Amino acid sequence: MQQNEFIKIVSPFKDKLFRLAKRLLVSTEEAEDATQEVLVKLWTKNETLSELKSVEAMAMTMTKNYCLDQLKSKRASNMTIVHNNYTDNQASLQQKLEDEDSLSWVEKIINDLPEQQKLIIQMRDIEQYEFEDIAKILDMSEATIRVALSRARKTIREIMTKTHNYGIG
Amino acid sequence: MALDRIENLIDKYFEGETSIAEENELKVYFSSTDVAQHLKQYQTIFGYFSQAKEQQFTQEIPLQTKKRNVVLWLSIAASVVVMLGVGTMMYFNNDKEEQFVACTPEDNPELALQQTEKALALVSEHLNTGIESVSYINEYEQSKNRIFKK
Repeated sequence: MQQNEFIKIVSPFKDKLFRLAKRLLVSTEEAEDATQEVLVKLWTKNETLSELKSVEAMAMTMTKNYCLDQLKSKRASNMTIVHNNYTDNQASLQQKLEDEDSLSWVEKIINDLPEQQKLIIQMRDIEQYEFEDIAKILDMSEATIRVALSRARKTIREIMTKTHNYGIG
Repeated sequence: MALDRIENLIDKYFEGETSIAEENELKVYFSSTDVAQHLKQYQTIFGYFSQAKEQQFTQEIPLQTKKRNVVLWLSIAASVVVMLGVGTMMYFNNDKEEQFVACTPEDNPELALQQTEKALALVSEHLNTGIESVSYINEYEQSKNRIFKK
């Protein structure tokens, strides 16, 4: 497969990989690194790509695994995560001062969800994958995904209404 | 759009039972300006979902063909060096061997004769020195005979 072909295959979903990575890793730079890493890995698999049913699902699974590994090693080393929190807070604080943008509140709430729910919200509500595809990517049953999704959506609603009542959002 | 249908969809939505089409319906409704007051709280959620989908991956994809080439060329260079090394070694070894081969008498009768003569001359030379040194003993014998006359 030539580079051009590969890029043609990859470009419809590379943004989705990036957004998924960013959802999990929070920091934009790290999400960019992760996306590049996954795409390069995909490129090295080159020959076997055409045999796959869905390159996209495969890439999503790879991104998910890569990010979870990243998080695991970060928790083990315990260093960089402090830095991440720091930069993230900066950004959202700035935004808050600028326009009290309640959209960033939603983002914060989603980022506080457990990783699995984060993944599911990202893929269903933002990328609008069918349950069938999410099940394939996460290697879970559709029923489990529905339950987790419902739980995540309700958590978001609950926290949103709380902030509304306090008049912050 | 009928309000009770939207309310119905929202309930289904939070149970995780809406289809993609229905979720899109909700997104469209919440992106419009006339959202019912009591549903305004959901507007930000759906607004965020639409906004979050806008983020793009702007970095280039580093399809490390360059790096691969470097490795390829390095390995080629290394193998050339190894081949050259082995080649020169073989070449010099062969040279010596040829010399050696030329020296072996089996292949060259003239040389064999020469070498045999050389070897024989060497042996006789050494033998002569041996005899010379033994001749001193005769001196002893003579002087002894002179002293101890019978």
